[in-house]
Amino acid sequence: MTITIHVNGTGHAVAAEPETPLLYVLRNDLKLKGARFGCGLGQCGACTVLVDGKPVQSCDFPLSAAAGKSVTTVEGLAADGKLHPLQRAFIAEQAAQCGYCVTGIIMTAKALLDANPRPSDAEIRAALKGNLCRCGTHQRILRAIRRASEAGAKA
Amino acid sequence: MTTDQNAPRKLPGNLNTNRRLDRWLRINRDGTVTAFPGKVEIGQGILTALAQIVAEELDVALERLRLAPTDTTYSPDEGMTSGSQSITDGGVALRYAAAEARFLLLQRAAARLGVSLEQLSVADGVVSARSGGSVSYWDLATDDLLAREASAEIAPKPASQHTVIGTPAPRRDIAAKVSGVPVYVHDLDLPGMLHGRLARPPSYDARLVGLDEAEVRSLPGVVALVRDGNFVGVVAAREEQALRALARIKRIASWEEKTALPQTTDPRFLLKETTEDEVISDKRDTAAAARAAKTLEAEYTRPYIAHAALGPSCAVARFENGRYTVWTHSQGIYPLRNDLAGVLAMDKERIAVIHMEGAGCYGHNGADDAALDAVLLARAVPGRPVRVQWTREDEFMWEPYGPAMVVKLKAALDSAGNIIDWNEDIWSNSHSTRPSGLGGINLLAAWHLAQPFKPAPPRNPPLPGGGSHRNAIPIYEFPNQRVTNRLVKRMPVRVSALRALGASANVFAIESFMDELAGAAGADPVEFRLRHLKDPRARAVIETVASKAGWRKGEKGDGARGRGVGFARYKNGACYLAVIVEVEVGREIAVRRAWAAIDAGLVINPDGLINQTEGGIIQSTSWALKEAVRFDRSRILTSNWDDYPILNFEESPQVEVTILNRPELPPLGAGEGQQGPTTAAIANAICNAMGIRLRDMPFTRERVMAALA
Repeated sequence: MTITIHVNGTGHAVAAEPETPLLYVLRNDLKLKGARFGCGLGQCGACTVLVDGKPVQSCDFPLSAAAGKSVTTVEGLAADGKLHPLQRAFIAEQAAQCGYCVTGIIMTAKALLDANPRPSDAEIRAALKGNLCRCGTHQRILRAIRRASEAGAKA
Repeated sequence: MTTDQNAPRKLPGNLNTNRRLDRWLRINRDGTVTAFPGKVEIGQGILTALAQIVAEELDVALERLRLAPTDTTYSPDEGMTSGSQSITDGGVALRYAAAEARFLLLQRAAARLGVSLEQLSVADGVVSARSGGSVSYWDLATDDLLAREASAEIAPKPASQHTVIGTPAPRRDIAAKVSGVPVYVHDLDLPGMLHGRLARPPSYDARLVGLDEAEVRSLPGVVALVRDGNFVGVVAAREEQALRALARIKRIASWEEKTALPQTTDPRFLLKETTEDEVISDKRDTAAAARAAKTLEAEYTRPYIAHAALGPSCAVARFENGRYTVWTHSQGIYPLRNDLAGVLAMDKERIAVIHMEGAGCYGHNGADDAALDAVLLARAVPGRPVRVQWTREDEFMWEPYGPAMVVKLKAALDSAGNIIDWNEDIWSNSHSTRPSGLGGINLLAAWHLAQPFKPAPPRNPPLPGGGSHRNAIPIYEFPNQRVTNRLVKRMPVRVSALRALGASANVFAIESFMDELAGAAGADPVEFRLRHLKDPRARAVIETVASKAGWRKGEKGDGARGRGVGFARYKNGACYLAVIVEVEVGREIAVRRAWAAIDAGLVINPDGLINQTEGGIIQSTSWALKEAVRFDRSRILTSNWDDYPILNFEESPQVEVTILNRPELPPLGAGEGQQGPTTAAIANAICNAMGIRLRDMPFTRERVMAALA
């Protein structure tokens, strides 16, 4: 079966079963490795991407539900050869240890800042409730999101 | 420079076991330098620090450094990346190798420019003579330059000349990681690659008694089903097809299970086990002991704790022309290769093991096991690479946990409030069952095969570093002291190295008990610790953290908020760390803030050290407040994040780290010094806030309620 999805502005016809988790289509068919497998249960957020601007856990999101919608992955954030302000803020704050969780967190943060450009600390923390970080980089990640917010990350 | 071939001199760090300079470094004609570390990146930022060391000693810009992936084909064998030893063993080797490479280049430059060595200076790889004239490393380097044994006779730079070491350097890997570039072994995507999943038994000793193989083989996309004893794996063309086949196998396979797990998750079951006892510290001063005025006793426990890497283990393997290539996030590619060769009964030279990053590991998780899984599946499909991705459940249920521990303490105070007698007994399994190639095979699948391999005997790393007894000997000065390590040999639950090994529970116990004793002596906990410490570096971190946190002598919590302190010198020989935390007890216990002071000797990358220290404190907070592996008599019951909650973004504390840099002293391992002190500081803060003493990890609401009842 072929299903067409739009990822980072480009249409792709994908030959896969409709219930295939979007994550595997992104990683294996489209070779976009930025969304990562963490649990397959929608519990950790490592696979977060945006579907029509809303953060979803792509490990737990069927391909068929993405049909005809606009999917944004971390690879789609850079514009004009420049990283997104959130990505730049994560580098400036050195907000990673192993880094496995950060792409999912950046996507969650993008959805937050798009909807609420100047969130409070509590709002940032609440938005990240579905994203786990095991290395204990929380403080730097929170700082990076605040930095991006202050730089006007709405994009 | 002479080397006696008959009696090789001891060389610094791992230069001693990998003695050729070209094993470590290559100066390239294109203006770059390649370093070949045997230590691997596990999220700790080690590659950035190693690059800084080489750039410093060679006098080249950091940007010129390339770090070759660690690979058994060419990398130095540095054993495991563990125990906070990468700077002291691997970094020191590179430091001496780079200093010597610079010297060899200067010799060539002197000959080329016709001047003496003293007239030369180097700036970013360009060697200039005072009298004029210059030549670059890139022009001087030839393949034979470093084709020689290291002498280690060229002293590294003194701290006063450092410009790269000691200056914060951005991590080499972060830009790629935030961009979503493929960097992890999980992301490896080879032409023709197939996808593998394991159908593990439902419990440790379960036996497969029935599986309709034809049904599995007929499923869409299934390329191979590998069944060998109790090992069952499936290979499919597409990843979701492998997952669907796995789900089917789980539904139709029948297993015979045993009830072999401990009766209780309470670590006190260890007290009833047979132990191998060793007195590891014994100091007697009967005159002092006679002054005992007050005696205290207490018992502390730590449950089994999961590494719980965010990315479950993954490996890719290919079997082609009688050779295996394995891509893995193992912490030790050479020891892993030994065990793989043992299982395959083949010459290890026919197995290439290549490291790629995984998610942060914090010790021995499923990485090595996944490598054998991939090998066993790849064997069934020659020529096709097979990527094995463990499920979340695989990782939680099959990783070797950090062992449960019990620590019993008894101490006596004299009438002046000095500790004059200290008795300590610790119960624990060994903390290392890593692959070793010695006396058995330490890889999960090997135990499940129809012709099973026996695990190698566990190793309790010896003191002074120690395993279960790591940091069991207090660094405080007591006139009487007896510490007994009671090693429990039976391992009903699979265990191995978790960040800090036994230091996590031992320091939690010692530092909690120090507060209990301070209370009994009517002393301030900070002052009480200083009273028993002579080492000026130990005193300095405690004094610094007290000052940074604005610690007030004898400060008391208000019934909800309180602060506590914890301290240790990791492994009694690595970094010094003191921490003060502030807790707030509401519905749950929350750690709001933490202040830490750390002395790790010469600091290579200050921001890297701060990042590791913050991370260690936050992760330890999670262990202390939330984490314990659950099981019943037959099964591990922890299989996903709902069963095993960890600290989230709403709960994470604010952490301030102060570095006491000692550029004139050797660097000290610093990746694991935070666990014990943080756990104790939290327990001490809870007591400071509410007057209740929690001695069993984790410090949950239920435990607070029980203590209040």
